[in-house]
Amino acid sequence: MSEELHRIRLSVNGVTREAEVPARRLLSDALRHDLGLTGTHVGCEHGVCGACTVLVDGRPVRACLMFAVSAVDTEITTVEGLTREDGSLGPVQQAFAECHGLQCGFCTPGFLTTVTACLRENPDPSHEEAREMVAGNLCRCTGYQNIVKAVERAAEIARAEETPSEARPEEVSR
Amino acid sequence: MTTKLMGQKVQRTEDQRFLRGQGRYVDDVHADPSTLHAAVLRSPHAHARIVDIDMSDVLDVEGVHLVWTHEDLGSLSPELAEPLPLLIPHPDLTQGRTQYALAREEVNYVGEAVAFVVAEDRYIAEDALDRIKVTWEVLPAVVGIEASRAAEHLVHEDVPDNVGARSEQNTGDVEAALARAPHRLQLELDIERSACTPLEGRGTVARWDADTNRLQVWTSTQTSTGVRAAIAVKLGLDLGQVDVITPDVGGGFGVKVMHPWPEELLVPAAARLLGRTVKFTEDRREHFISSAHERGQVQHIDVGFDDEGRIVGLDVMFWHDHGAYTPYGLIVPIITSTQLLGPYKPEVYRVVFESIYTNTVIVTPYRGAGRPQGCFAMERTMDKIAAYLGKDRTEVRAANFIQPDEFPFDQGLIFQDGRELEYDSGDYPASLEKLKKLIGWEEFPALREELAAQGRTVGIGLACYVEGTGVGPYEGAHVHIETSGKVKVATGLTTQGQGHATVFAQLVADELGVRFEDVEVVTGDTRRMPYAVGTFASRAAVMSGSAIHLAAKRAKEKALRIASDALEVDEADLEIVEGVVRVKGSPESRLDLGTIAVLSNPLRYAFDEASKAATQFAVGDPGKPPVAEDDEPGLEGKDFYSPQRATFASGMHAAIVETDPDTAEVTILKYAVVHDCGHLINPMIVEGQIHGGVAQGIGGALYERMAYDPSGQLLNASFMDFLMPYVTEIPDGIDIDHLETPSPLNPLGIKGAGEAGVIPVSAVVAAAIEDAEGFPITAMPISPSDLHTLRQEHTS
Repeated sequence: MSEELHRIRLSVNGVTREAEVPARRLLSDALRHDLGLTGTHVGCEHGVCGACTVLVDGRPVRACLMFAVSAVDTEITTVEGLTREDGSLGPVQQAFAECHGLQCGFCTPGFLTTVTACLRENPDPSHEEAREMVAGNLCRCTGYQNIVKAVERAAEIARAEETPSEARPEEVSR
Repeated sequence: MTTKLMGQKVQRTEDQRFLRGQGRYVDDVHADPSTLHAAVLRSPHAHARIVDIDMSDVLDVEGVHLVWTHEDLGSLSPELAEPLPLLIPHPDLTQGRTQYALAREEVNYVGEAVAFVVAEDRYIAEDALDRIKVTWEVLPAVVGIEASRAAEHLVHEDVPDNVGARSEQNTGDVEAALARAPHRLQLELDIERSACTPLEGRGTVARWDADTNRLQVWTSTQTSTGVRAAIAVKLGLDLGQVDVITPDVGGGFGVKVMHPWPEELLVPAAARLLGRTVKFTEDRREHFISSAHERGQVQHIDVGFDDEGRIVGLDVMFWHDHGAYTPYGLIVPIITSTQLLGPYKPEVYRVVFESIYTNTVIVTPYRGAGRPQGCFAMERTMDKIAAYLGKDRTEVRAANFIQPDEFPFDQGLIFQDGRELEYDSGDYPASLEKLKKLIGWEEFPALREELAAQGRTVGIGLACYVEGTGVGPYEGAHVHIETSGKVKVATGLTTQGQGHATVFAQLVADELGVRFEDVEVVTGDTRRMPYAVGTFASRAAVMSGSAIHLAAKRAKEKALRIASDALEVDEADLEIVEGVVRVKGSPESRLDLGTIAVLSNPLRYAFDEASKAATQFAVGDPGKPPVAEDDEPGLEGKDFYSPQRATFASGMHAAIVETDPDTAEVTILKYAVVHDCGHLINPMIVEGQIHGGVAQGIGGALYERMAYDPSGQLLNASFMDFLMPYVTEIPDGIDIDHLETPSPLNPLGIKGAGEAGVIPVSAVVAAAIEDAEGFPITAMPISPSDLHTLRQEHTS
């Protein structure tokens, strides 16, 4: 008994990568074990906790609920892709550091990707909207207080960067 | 002078890698296709005999490397076929039982490990599990405290009445005290099971290095030294052949202090046999059914008190459901029975508990470790006394407080570490005053009236606790100043999100006078610090913090001694600022710590410009040995901290809740915390710990339970069905105030803070719901349907 393998190309964080995977291989496992992008974490494997959230064509998707073979011809962004090209932290990452929005860090990548996508859609969220943005992700450490603060702070940082004098063209093109 | 970092809200250094996706959790170790993956066949029955295991189909699966049952273990190592260790023996645990790494003849809970497969990847390993055919003889399951006590069926044939231990402590003649008390009340209380549920489950990776004849193990644990010792014993290796490295750990909350898990032995054994890296990563369902639970207790309380509500006699009996086995001894019920007293001093106290068997997952400490149950018992009792006497609930508590001038206060009991339960310091009346202000206790009646006018029902509640933190036996630390001036610090206990790399670096920077950025902290790596105990009982800051402070002090003393010789000045005239030793008042006369590190290590060989200065023709008095008799080379400090007893942190919480008249949904409108953990190292981190604890407490109070059916199947073994709170279930804002009553027991005056947040939450929420609804709340958690049922009972 031998499994049929599929040679696939995945575009992750702007780089095209190749892997040979069985059809049943989850995107989360392919990212982690085939491509070595271990920043995406697996917390429940049934789509509830949100730790494995990545952006597929800009939208948050639970990588544990998607097959790797279904992700071809998409643009995937993982937590590794949220860091700026010069290696410094992106606005959401920076806000989580400033607000102590993480403790063990395991659920954090899913929050970072989710918040990144939500702030693109709604760059100036109200407090209630900021809470809603993270309402689909589980965290067992922080009690969410500082995560909500971090969402609001991230919006602030991103908005400040949007002003023409501080615009970062390389971020916009991503 | 450099600003002191102790007490500052320093941002966490570890976040830089976590936020970039560069954390290194156990499943990230050797994350490449050459690593083999393990999977475990788990019992589908709560109680059954294994008649036969047929594995003939398994090895046909392409990519399967190995399959084991209990029969195979003895040939790997005789000890591996024996039951797993009973970690904490106690004289009262007369009927302790532990499971085997793989079940032999009988299983006692759904999820117990039966067979172990190693394959090319986890998918194939799970395919192989499907092909193992087990013939079972199903036995009657004992589920729940009631069934266990009834003992119609036994969990273990040779354990009469399902009782593992019966234990009693008292401080006098409680019967006489109750008889002379002017008033007397009884309570029956019930607390459900919950679990730690870290976002990362358990996991172990092992690699056998045939070239050096050594085993290297990465495991998601709260005690790397414990796992190391267990592996050495069980695999028949010398301790020196085993290295255990704790990678980043995705949350622990207690469950990962339990060890060795079967996989922590089987994975290294397989790696050794196969000569390949082997990995086991627990999935979510496995975490529910094969890791540990906690909390389940039934309590009976008999209390006698005077007209002021002062407790004359307190007689507590409780039954503690410890599940199918007792690997962690009696720690949880001992903590319940002793910490139940909280900040109070009843004249006479007696507690009896029975730790009993059920055919369910084992019970080992979960954040708070028995304290939430003890707090629930005591605080529900206080509320009932207040209601009976028609007194304000804060007054009854205040009447029972140990007073600030009564410390140290000996409660007359033996605590979880086998030592006297003696509180070192605290100021409970001051905490209560702060709490009343923070929650608006005096203003609440007006608020209640105002909301009642709008048809809204609200209630207020409070609860107090004392937490013994920083229990022994010891922790140690090693501080090494490298010739670059960078400072490398190692302590043996582990980290699961508490920010140790930051707070310990703060302590070192302060003591040594170096830049915070130059300090790097490693925890839980037995190669760097082989003597350690572990991270539990809110002990890391107290134990390792103190040890690190002491070790840094030793390194500093040595640096000053060397500098004093080199600069020919008195040590007392030197100071260290930003990594430079200089003469006070004449800062141009200076040596940086890196240079002192060079001088501390006499060399034969130079390898760079700096090391030339330490070679044999450059330094030293030819009339003396290069390293003095009572000295050693290198600029290092090592020390251990081992206190006589624990230090006692304390706190008080209060909440205002609203109950929906139609849906019986409970909403927390305001939540207030007053917390006293002595001096704070990093207030930002302490507050984060409190937030997280409160959230877990709310989960336990309102949502989380382990829903076992009568046959012992866990019906809610997923995040779909086990209701862990999202942000939507947690109050928007938690008000925190600190009191800092330093501990006299350690050099920093600190007390533990990790578990505190969770301890009183169920008691607080129960009190507030009771206040809103006007009938007693005696069982937690309380769901809307539970509350609805209670309403019906109390209106009919």
